[in-house]
Amino acid sequence: MRVFVFVKATEESERGAMPSPELIEAMGKYNEELINAGVMVGGDGLKPSSQGKRMAFDGDSRTVIDGPFAETRELVAGLWIWEVKDMDEALAWARRCPNPMSGPSELELRPVIEFETDFAETMTPEGAAIHERNRQRLEEE
Amino acid sequence: MAADETHRAIEAVFLLERARLIGGLARMVHDIDRAEEFAQDALVSALAEWPKGGVPANPGAWLMAVAKRRAIDALRRETMRVRKHGEIAQELEEAEDPVGAIEAAMDDDLGDELLGLIFTACHPMLSREARAALTLRVVGGLTTGEIARAFLSNEATIAQRIVRAKKAIAKARLAFEVPRGAERAARLPSVLEVIYLIFNEGYAATAGDDLVRPGLAQEALRLGRIVAGLMPAGAPDGAEVFGLLALMEIQASRLSARSGPDGAFIPLTEQNRARWDQLLIRRGFEALARAEELGGEGPYMLQAALAACHARARRADDTDWPRIAALYDRLRMVAPSPVVDLNRAVAHSMAFGPEAGLTLLDEIADAPALRFYAPLPAARGDFLFRAGRLAEARTEFEAAAGLTRNAREAAFLRARAEACDR
Repeated sequence: MRVFVFVKATEESERGAMPSPELIEAMGKYNEELINAGVMVGGDGLKPSSQGKRMAFDGDSRTVIDGPFAETRELVAGLWIWEVKDMDEALAWARRCPNPMSGPSELELRPVIEFETDFAETMTPEGAAIHERNRQRLEEE
Repeated sequence: MAADETHRAIEAVFLLERARLIGGLARMVHDIDRAEEFAQDALVSALAEWPKGGVPANPGAWLMAVAKRRAIDALRRETMRVRKHGEIAQELEEAEDPVGAIEAAMDDDLGDELLGLIFTACHPMLSREARAALTLRVVGGLTTGEIARAFLSNEATIAQRIVRAKKAIAKARLAFEVPRGAERAARLPSVLEVIYLIFNEGYAATAGDDLVRPGLAQEALRLGRIVAGLMPAGAPDGAEVFGLLALMEIQASRLSARSGPDGAFIPLTEQNRARWDQLLIRRGFEALARAEELGGEGPYMLQAALAACHARARRADDTDWPRIAALYDRLRMVAPSPVVDLNRAVAHSMAFGPEAGLTLLDEIADAPALRFYAPLPAARGDFLFRAGRLAEARTEFEAAAGLTRNAREAAFLRARAEACDR
């Protein structure tokens, strides 16, 4: 199963502060371990929210909001995509990650919805028909 | 953390390290069963110690140290027991100070215990099925039940197969080392063969009701990524490793698109390409580039190049069939087989018309390997259908439906047969 692993932002990451050489080296080794174990599928660091934007939806209205965004706790500074057997394995890998920040920080682990298995039970025949139509439209585009 | 949670967390850490532990221990004791025992001892220690002091900073090293100490103690006891009985085992004859040698080896951590284990589990002296079962068990950590379900066999058969494989390895006194140089190049094909066997069982299940078993394909991908990651940089025999990895990543990108919501089979040209996993496609292209850098021209690399042609096409109509046909022309030189010739006929029919395909099919029609091979009449049926020869096409599709053991594929072929009646 796939898991997205978010590195939560901190004031430090929002400032665009560079990690120490020790942390860079430790992270490099850690990423190598993830790769060598066949767990790493993808990953990227994200620029601070000062360089990001938001698109706000309300009914028909669309509004662009420029960063930076105030709620640091809710922001994301980086993400990984891992292929693991289950959440226990994901947690085991997360536990051995070097602290990505110089102070307290958090990783958030979110399993990816796997279409067939996760939606199979809950989709109504109508929902399935709409979904099928969308599929065909995508194919035509 | 509640005691339960702690135990689960410790076991999860152990599972991450298990294959490496077994690889490292097997180097010392030359026996997978004993290696597994000592690894298990390390887990028991961890379950006792870590709740008190916390998980160590380097859990893998902690577990390996404990396990190796157990192994050394056990070997010492055996050495003394053996001497008491006046018998000298062959290992002792060969080494002046076997325990000392082992302790010295403890420091010589090349970090490739896992790769050594993979090479040994995939040793060509074992049958392909034995290699696959053993690799999934000791490297993948799958239970015999899971392996049995994966290959539609029964647990007893798989268990026996694994037991015999372990015995054969112990008897042959394989070293559990990564072979070097020319020997590695010679042994790689049997490793890659096993990985691709496992992948294919997951990607295009040969029998049973499910078309795909994604867990198995993922396990093969993981093994491929591990081997690719652990190959020394720049080694030319790495080309086919990256070639195989590229092939699997790109094929895996289509897993969600191969079957419809009701589980029906969807052929490549009709799949919803929006459901192709672009992340895996990108990874596949990167692996293919590395294979090309290493000078690859082997069968896996060529098949990956073929898969990449499809991955590049945004819609089925955009497919560069002449390029695919040319790649098959090269593939049949490097890895001749009736199946490759069949796929080449399909490519030529798409690039140059159904008649071109039929001509090429006539050349291989009598190949004994294809006699009970459903894709052959399926392909001929398709060419005849496109050439407007519907009655003949129907016969071929019905023949194909009768040959396949996969229920979904059979249903698909019968539907194509019925479509000939319009």
